[in-house]
Amino acid sequence: MARIIVITSGKGGVGKTTTAAAFSMGLALRGHKTAVIDFDVGLRNLDLIMGCERRVVYDFVNVINGEANLNQALIRDKRCDQLYVLPASQTRDKDALTKEGVGAVIEELSKTFDFVVCDSPAGIEHGAMMAMYYADDAIVVTNPEVSSVRDSDRMLGILSSKSQRAETNAEPIREFLLLTRYSPERVAHGEMLSVEDVQEILSMDLLGVVPESQAVLNASNAGTPVVLDKISPAGQAYGDMVARYLGEDVPHRFLAVEKKGFFSRLLKRG
Amino acid sequence: MGLLDYFRGQRPKGSATVAKERLQILVAHDRAERNRPTYLLNMQRDILDVIRKYVAVDMDAVSVNYEQDDDRETLEVNIVLPEPAEERA
Ligand SMILES: Nc1ncnc2c1ncn2[C@@H]1O[C@H](COP(=O)(O)OP(=O)(O)OP(=O)(O)O)[C@@H](O)[C@H]1O
Ligand SMILES: [Mg+2]
Repeated sequence: MARIIVITSGKGGVGKTTTAAAFSMGLALRGHKTAVIDFDVGLRNLDLIMGCERRVVYDFVNVINGEANLNQALIRDKRCDQLYVLPASQTRDKDALTKEGVGAVIEELSKTFDFVVCDSPAGIEHGAMMAMYYADDAIVVTNPEVSSVRDSDRMLGILSSKSQRAETNAEPIREFLLLTRYSPERVAHGEMLSVEDVQEILSMDLLGVVPESQAVLNASNAGTPVVLDKISPAGQAYGDMVARYLGEDVPHRFLAVEKKGFFSRLLKRG
Repeated sequence: MGLLDYFRGQRPKGSATVAKERLQILVAHDRAERNRPTYLLNMQRDILDVIRKYVAVDMDAVSVNYEQDDDRETLEVNIVLPEPAEERA
């Protein structure tokens, strides 16, 4: 039985796809057989971020419609053989994702995979509802900014009322906060909500804090999930977040302003 | 970091404080709204219809308040009747 994880947010452009790519790659690198599904039908971004856009033959909707089987549509990652991508189609409309169709695909994946990661589209429309419906766990990607935090809270309301687990009175979805595009400098200047502020408002378990980082853009330019960039703070933060998800006790990093210049040099010498 | 930034950093109450205060209010309001039973609006209309059989009241004469805490739910129905004619004169 696979564990189904939705990467969701409500608000658009906060880093869901970046997170879905990094998180699924991180799980796979640790030896867990992982499938990552792009639910953003009509836009199709995940394959680009994963760097497999030229290998897409069949997509999620083809599988739902019975035009291809799962094995034909799943793309095996070239860097890690435990990772498979199920791309979205670019042309179909969102209604192609039916509850039954999505359920059947997830059930089939469940038989052979350890984790199924669902990259949700923005908003609270049909596509986002389908992405979260079968979830066991939710990673709520949030930026330290008012509209993103508010939308995350709304998404919490939806997870606890509209999911399969809610509808069948099963154990609720486990909800984790992932704060991304965090800038310790701006927090120190009082210009950005701090991790503590966001946690206090949403009262959720903190899975990780990913700093604002040029490495994310570089990674998406290259089609390489940022978690593979082990030197960058963002890559390391994603690595930590995967470890925490798997139950390891890893301290949070990159929360404070990096010490630069004279004092840090002095400290290093000592 | 420029000199200006240095002085800005000294000021404790930046825009983040305002953001946090606004969010706390907003989120509390959203959550209260979410927890309201969906029948409230219909019930409010029905109550109003019954009252209007006997007394001419305005559409906003009935307000229904729903509150929920850990161990109970309270429903507060407030009906404002028109003032008696002699008092108005
Ligand atoms: N930690 C970060 N540092 C810098 N830029 C980031 C970071 N995380 C995400 N971004 C950038 O933000 C933009 C949006 O990211 P992404 O596509 O992952 O968001 P999304 O939530 O999937 O968007 P959508 O809602 O449109 O699906 C991208 O340009 C990405 O490079
Ligand atoms: Mg996306």
